[in-house]
Amino acid sequence: MSSTFDRTAPPTVGPPPAVVPPAVERHRLHNGLDVLVVRRPGLPIVDLRLVVRAGAAADLPERAGRASLVAEMLDEGTRRYTAIEFAEALDRLGAELEIAANWDATVLSLHVLRSRLEPALDLMAETVVRPTFPEVEMRRVRDERLADLARQRQEPRFLAHETFCAVAYGQGHPYGATLSGTPESVQAIGRDEVEAFYRQHFRPGNAFLVAVGDVDPAELFPLLERTLGAWEPATPAPPAPPGRPAARPTTIFLVDRPGAAQSEIQVGHAAVPRATPDFFPLLVLNTVLGGAFTSRLNMALREERGYTYGAGSRFDFRLGPGPFVASSAVFTGVTDDALRIFVDEIRRIREEPVTADELERARNYVALGLPRQLETTGQIARTIADIELYGLGDDYLARFIQRVRAVTAEEVLRAARSHLDPEHMALVVVGDRERIEEPLRTLGLGPVEMP
Amino acid sequence: MRVDLPHEVHTLDNGLRVIVHEDPSVPLVAVNVWYHVGSKNERPGRTGFAHLFEHLMFEGSAHAPEGMFDTLLESVGGVNNGSTSPDRTNYYEMLPASALELALWLEADRMGWLLPAMTREKLDAQRDVVKNERRQSYENRPYGLAFETILAALFPPDHPYHWPVIGYMADLDAATLDDVHEFFRTYYAPNNASLVVAGSVDGARVLSLVERYFGEIPRGPQAPEVRATPVVSNGGRRLVLEDDVRLPRLYLAWHSPAYFAEGDAALDAAATILAEGKASRLHRALVYERGVAQDVQAFQDSRKLGSIFFVVVTARPEVPLAELERETLQQLEAIAAGDVAAGEVERARNRIETAFVDELQHLLGRADRLNLYAYYTGDPGYAISDLERYRRLEAGDIATAVRRWLVGAPPVALSVVPRGRLDLAAGTA
Repeated sequence: MSSTFDRTAPPTVGPPPAVVPPAVERHRLHNGLDVLVVRRPGLPIVDLRLVVRAGAAADLPERAGRASLVAEMLDEGTRRYTAIEFAEALDRLGAELEIAANWDATVLSLHVLRSRLEPALDLMAETVVRPTFPEVEMRRVRDERLADLARQRQEPRFLAHETFCAVAYGQGHPYGATLSGTPESVQAIGRDEVEAFYRQHFRPGNAFLVAVGDVDPAELFPLLERTLGAWEPATPAPPAPPGRPAARPTTIFLVDRPGAAQSEIQVGHAAVPRATPDFFPLLVLNTVLGGAFTSRLNMALREERGYTYGAGSRFDFRLGPGPFVASSAVFTGVTDDALRIFVDEIRRIREEPVTADELERARNYVALGLPRQLETTGQIARTIADIELYGLGDDYLARFIQRVRAVTAEEVLRAARSHLDPEHMALVVVGDRERIEEPLRTLGLGPVEMP
Repeated sequence: MRVDLPHEVHTLDNGLRVIVHEDPSVPLVAVNVWYHVGSKNERPGRTGFAHLFEHLMFEGSAHAPEGMFDTLLESVGGVNNGSTSPDRTNYYEMLPASALELALWLEADRMGWLLPAMTREKLDAQRDVVKNERRQSYENRPYGLAFETILAALFPPDHPYHWPVIGYMADLDAATLDDVHEFFRTYYAPNNASLVVAGSVDGARVLSLVERYFGEIPRGPQAPEVRATPVVSNGGRRLVLEDDVRLPRLYLAWHSPAYFAEGDAALDAAATILAEGKASRLHRALVYERGVAQDVQAFQDSRKLGSIFFVVVTARPEVPLAELERETLQQLEAIAAGDVAAGEVERARNRIETAFVDELQHLLGRADRLNLYAYYTGDPGYAISDLERYRRLEAGDIATAVRRWLVGAPPVALSVVPRGRLDLAAGTA
């Protein structure tokens, strides 16, 4: 079918609309809790994000899973509510309260309609001000976690992730286990250890609250004083971020999953903390390598060869040196070739500069994608909370687009050479050993071990 | 609470329905196209084809050759994707508002000029990708084959919901280039689609751009109607799968009323009362009080030709599934007998209302909703009536629906158990 006009040239795209970063109002409660408010009239919704500066990085692998158990136990009983009463009260409000620990913090996210903010805030405050950690709930939560670990270990991706953490960081490092812990570590955590973690870290001077939505700060602050203001003041030091683990020469770690239709691959190593001065070049680097659909890894493994449904990579930025990891699930018969491509692509991005096209596309994809991260009250709360947690500065969002777009190919190359290390990688493969071990051995990438 | 989605509707001469939602508060635009075709339009022997075809839509068209679709959109800071369901296929872009024309050009090109760029190589490459998707998301995943096993038992072999969207491996292998051409000509016509443009845009300009890019695409033949005789009872089939799992899991599935039909909203609420949140009935009884289950789920899988109501309970290690089934059926009987507290109904309504408002926070969520209402109800402005369905609900409505659809008919029951542990399966008599 012909067209009445020339459709060959893509329409030109004008400059993107300006992005206005959310304006943050700061306030401090009498007990020292910092509050950051973003007003967002429109839909009658409020998102609160209470961030306590203590997470899984505070514990060594023998205690792994403790921070996440603390998070789960906070709403399993308080001085005024039993676990089930608490759940019922929250439910009646149609409110959602999620409590979870990540590596650097424990985060309580409350999502509620504006009209029900006050009673919901009462409940949220209960969990950090007056938790009781009942023994009976502790036993149930621990049993649930143990069953969950058993379930997760049946999933090839989790198995690869767990193995990767262990071999990339080693036994003596907090990042050497997963956030969920291991059956052994979880089994050994009692209610007293959980309460001790809470007592040591959960104080207003070691936390902050972000509120986003249809709220008037003049009404919100008295409400916060009445609820979270009851939190006993103290300013414990946040846990020190973990250091760099020892690097070891590139090794293939093979986990057997007899009969598996696919091999789950995760390759990488300990990388850099969020505070790295190379953050923006690394963001662009990763977008070219594995952070977008047209990235090199996805093109090579999915679009060119059809080995997989998708392939990608990421730097997991934390207070300490979180991992760089590239991953995919590939058809069993091509496991060795896929692994070779992973290593080749990581080498290549250190050897030659990214092309002008790739650079321009990656910079725009990241920079101009910013407004998509700021659409909902929940997204804004998360973004503002991360800026505060990692100390990125009040002008971070205002300068974000400009800083990403200023990254050069030379900076990307330098960042790749400084922070990617193909000679010291953990190459984790979960798959059918009988079919893939021999091909992996003949690759010559490194010795093959069964962890 | 305000939930309206202001919009304007316009139909081009070729039958393309265009819905514009202006919202100047975000510097973004969402473009969202629904084609009224899904796996229900496939035939036995070619299952999975609608989804495989969806993949091909990203592989280039006459004026936007292979690779250009994604590179151009990423270059302006946009994201895009598509999805296939039993009932429909959607495609969307979300990008800075200034890039609207680029997205319309790309969408129009693949609606009008896909076939000139289609090759056997593209089909083969995406066939491999989709087969890997099937391995990754279904075959190589614990419990991954449960849903397709249930569908096959719940619907007779010639019913459009008998097979899964991803399709069977042998059928993916069997798909030909001729199938691609025929499918495109049958279903990918402007009169079988609707287009939503939402965001920081001017309605009049949108319409003139849409007219320019889509207006000359010719109308296609009327797509054949999918017919399915309503299946009321399946005789309560009982199935067992052995899998690489540690925790046994019970799936119960019933036929239930079609999307937006009488009883559909009531069963959404019933699902919430049964299993949404820690205070829900099944969670409370099985997870909290008795510690025999790891988690519980219930949901009304609303579909055009008739829906499916699911209850999924994962047991703690070693717990026999018969015990979980007994408790689940007892709770359903209690609800059917009218034992529903006003507080439970209020709780369900509040949860559903919050989830509803949440979805409207996303521009893409709003765009997709407008297309959803247009497709399923004929009225893109159905949002207010939709929420009203839930606000009107009373305990009696929930009891009536549970009695009629769940207690009145035996479900298909599937036990997924660790290999060698058939003893844990719910009775197969």
